[in-house]
Amino acid sequence: MTDPADLTIAGAAAALRAGSLTAAGLLEAVRRRAAMTEAHLHAYLTLDAAGAERAAAAADDAFRRGEDLGPLQGIPIALKDNMVTRGVETTAASRILAGYLPPYDATVVARLRAAGAVITGKTNLDEFAMGSSTENSAYGPTRNPWDPERVPGGSSGGAAAAVAAGSALGALGSDTGGSIRQPASLCGVVGMKPTYGLVSRFGLIAFASSLDQIGPLARTVDDAVVLFEAIAGHDPRDATSYRGAVPDVRPSLDDGVDGLRVGVIRELSGDGIDPEVLAGFRAAVERLAGAGAEVVDLSLPSMDHALSAYYLIAPAECSANLARFDGVRYGPRLEGDTVERMMAATRRDGFGPEVARRILLGTYALSAGYYDAFYGQAQKVRTLVIEDFRRAYEQADVLVTPTSPTTAFHLGERTGDPLTMYLSDICTIPTNLAGDPGISLPIGLDGGGLPIGLQVLAPALGEAVMFRVARAVEALGGFEARPALATSEGAA
Amino acid sequence: MTYEAVIGIETHVELATASKMFCGCPVDFGAEPNTNVCPTCLGLPGALPVPNERAVAWTVMLGLALDCEIAARSLFHRKNYFYADLPKNYQISQYDLPLCTGGHLDVEVGGETHRVGITRVHLEEDTGKSTHLGDTGRIHAAEAALLDFNRSGIPLMEVVSEPDITGPEAARAYAEELRSIVLALGVSDAKLEEGSLRFDANVSLRPAGSDVLGVKVEVKNMNSLRSLQRALAFEIERQAEVLDSGEPVAQETRHWDEERQVTEPGRSKEESSDYRYFPEPDLVPIEVDEAWRERLRAGIPELPAALRARLQGLGLDADTARVVAAAEGLAGLLDDTVAAGGDARVAANWLTGEVTALLRRSGAGIADTPLTGAHLAELHAMVAGRELSATAAKEVLAGVLAGEGGVRRVAEARDLLQISDEDALVAAVDAAIAGHPDEFTRLREGEQRLTGFFVGRVMQATGGKADPRRVAELVRERAG
Repeated sequence: MTDPADLTIAGAAAALRAGSLTAAGLLEAVRRRAAMTEAHLHAYLTLDAAGAERAAAAADDAFRRGEDLGPLQGIPIALKDNMVTRGVETTAASRILAGYLPPYDATVVARLRAAGAVITGKTNLDEFAMGSSTENSAYGPTRNPWDPERVPGGSSGGAAAAVAAGSALGALGSDTGGSIRQPASLCGVVGMKPTYGLVSRFGLIAFASSLDQIGPLARTVDDAVVLFEAIAGHDPRDATSYRGAVPDVRPSLDDGVDGLRVGVIRELSGDGIDPEVLAGFRAAVERLAGAGAEVVDLSLPSMDHALSAYYLIAPAECSANLARFDGVRYGPRLEGDTVERMMAATRRDGFGPEVARRILLGTYALSAGYYDAFYGQAQKVRTLVIEDFRRAYEQADVLVTPTSPTTAFHLGERTGDPLTMYLSDICTIPTNLAGDPGISLPIGLDGGGLPIGLQVLAPALGEAVMFRVARAVEALGGFEARPALATSEGAA
Repeated sequence: MTYEAVIGIETHVELATASKMFCGCPVDFGAEPNTNVCPTCLGLPGALPVPNERAVAWTVMLGLALDCEIAARSLFHRKNYFYADLPKNYQISQYDLPLCTGGHLDVEVGGETHRVGITRVHLEEDTGKSTHLGDTGRIHAAEAALLDFNRSGIPLMEVVSEPDITGPEAARAYAEELRSIVLALGVSDAKLEEGSLRFDANVSLRPAGSDVLGVKVEVKNMNSLRSLQRALAFEIERQAEVLDSGEPVAQETRHWDEERQVTEPGRSKEESSDYRYFPEPDLVPIEVDEAWRERLRAGIPELPAALRARLQGLGLDADTARVVAAAEGLAGLLDDTVAAGGDARVAANWLTGEVTALLRRSGAGIADTPLTGAHLAELHAMVAGRELSATAAKEVLAGVLAGEGGVRRVAEARDLLQISDEDALVAAVDAAIAGHPDEFTRLREGEQRLTGFFVGRVMQATGGKADPRRVAELVRERAG
């Protein structure tokens, strides 16, 4: 029999209702898996054993009473540690929040709890979600379940690794420039960034407010849909939350791609992409064409400038968002003989080098005399990116690109060279600038046995067609591989 | 040399909304420290702001009252600076797209109307409050600081004037007029001493007649209209002395020291701040469409200037009209008096004189008393009909205010009705004459001032209920 930790959410949900599995049993299987893999992976920063047990027991009680809150009832889900959880340590992988116990739950956390999910714990990330490898965590890196010498991607690397390894059946990550999709790609799982505003950011520790969006990581497109449906929807506590109806994605999910126009972005599927990744990508596009999709070659010239614009806008916003971490009201405090010196010492000690770099970059970009040349110019590029996508969606229903220019790279390989590290997100960043949805899913392995990811992009609120195409890619690709570390033999 | 002052005033108005600017915490002054707080106004990780629609509406109303242009689309910005009582270390404020721009306010200075331009009216959030512990209570000598975030996030409206104000008196007139508009709109309790209304002034001097602007000094910490006027007078004098000595005026922030009646330099650091404003990404633009704007315009009550003009139309002189318009509830009472057939001028004199004095003593507001316009109209009718003397009328007012009942009832209960029986009056006069024959003789011989003596005797004998004018007439008749 399959280890319950390897079940999909849909599979586990069926087993729970069939009576062949209990929520407590499922949680136990996931914890056994975590006990086996955590020493190698370090996917979690905090495991909430007591909270998870209570939630699993509550789910089993509900099942016994015949109450059904839907497909997440009793399902173990992990949370990236930048979403606040009442009474459970939340650090955003930063020393500056060491020991911080939030007094409230993020909206997404409340929604998961209301759906009966069992929250396993808080997963590792690049400090404040700034990075592409999870090596910027103040509490040590997470490793890739496919090869522990390699990174899981980032910043939601812990979430992606946990889902791949089976120490959670699904997870929530956050995506500011690709932080869900890129690690999903490197870990061989599905990762989705919703349209900006569809999922509440209330309780998400902000990196760059105009770009941040919470989304699901799961093993299948169907499972990603389940999580997406649980967390999407208007929240009066987030002023940027979308007030309209959440796109209904289910009716067309299995409609296939026959007759759909699938655009290939020329600028993101050539130079700078690893040849093996490119080959895998092209093969997947061929399969879509074979299934009746019309493949359109499109040029979006602004893509070449998106990375630069992102690295001005995101740091500018983060320089203000992270100003509140000053040691005055919460978190560790270093003493100083004036308030200013106390704050400076606390911040110097509390932030890691990448966070400090981005705060400095953003502070500079917003400074008097530089604002127009940097922040102002970046906003103009952002407008061009939005325009380019708008034109592209006149010619195509969805766009596809490789998710990441390479498969998982080695720990330490890019840490000394921030610019190369920044290029890891070259394919994912433009979508965040536009506020559009995107999903990455595995399409095969490279010669070294590492997963290759493809992303499907759609216009704002185009989740239905995005999931539909992703589902087709998944069905046509037949990606069944599991990482070595997710089995007891591999971990032994 | 002769100089002229160039003054611009920045006014901060704390709005009396039920909840804070960006969260649901109550706006409640005087609560225990750090009890009206939540993740948003404490700047906890992950918390987000949601704008208070009423605060936006009230700001638009003030903008309309000041004849401003209302922006159809306005933005919040982040103003970045580190300070212990600023929980996010940025303040959500407005920058280049404020809600209201380009208005004006007419103020009267020395009987002349003077127009002050309004650059802008915008909306922002207040900071928390620091209390510095230690010897002096001043920040540099403090041993520790206590932080209270109850004030953090209270909606704050900022009104920026053009540098059109020419002197301390005009500055005070501007501040008074703006305060009266804020009170008329009912958007703030506008108490300077409690900080819900704060004035900062930018002052510079230039040679009289010149159009070159001098170096400007920002003057802060003025907790009353009087201290605003005095601080500016001091500062103008100080700058003139500096200039006369051939020195340049330093650009700085100075604080008014109420005790010593001087302005003193504040921290010079504030001047070099770069606030790195950028659009607040947690909020969407504020849209004020025409329909909303016009609904708000329709909701604006009669403003003080219009009210004063109307009161003068009712026969009040300019000063009385000003006093009535400035005091809460008096104008409405006056309207009721006129509606009840009373006389506006007589009622205004009672309201601004006796009634105001009595209320000041009791500490009550006019709305807390049973006094109505009908009372004032009836009182006037009784005085005109010689049923009450002017003195007795005041006593009746006191009784009505004290809740003793209606005008006639109080007059009867306190036995204040005048003796209208002519025979009784004549008898009282004759009795007085009979009792003081010497004085009467002197009066007959031409010592006119003794008329008053006899009136006094009669008033005494009648317990003040005689009409003194009629008594005087009767005394003169007897004296022939």
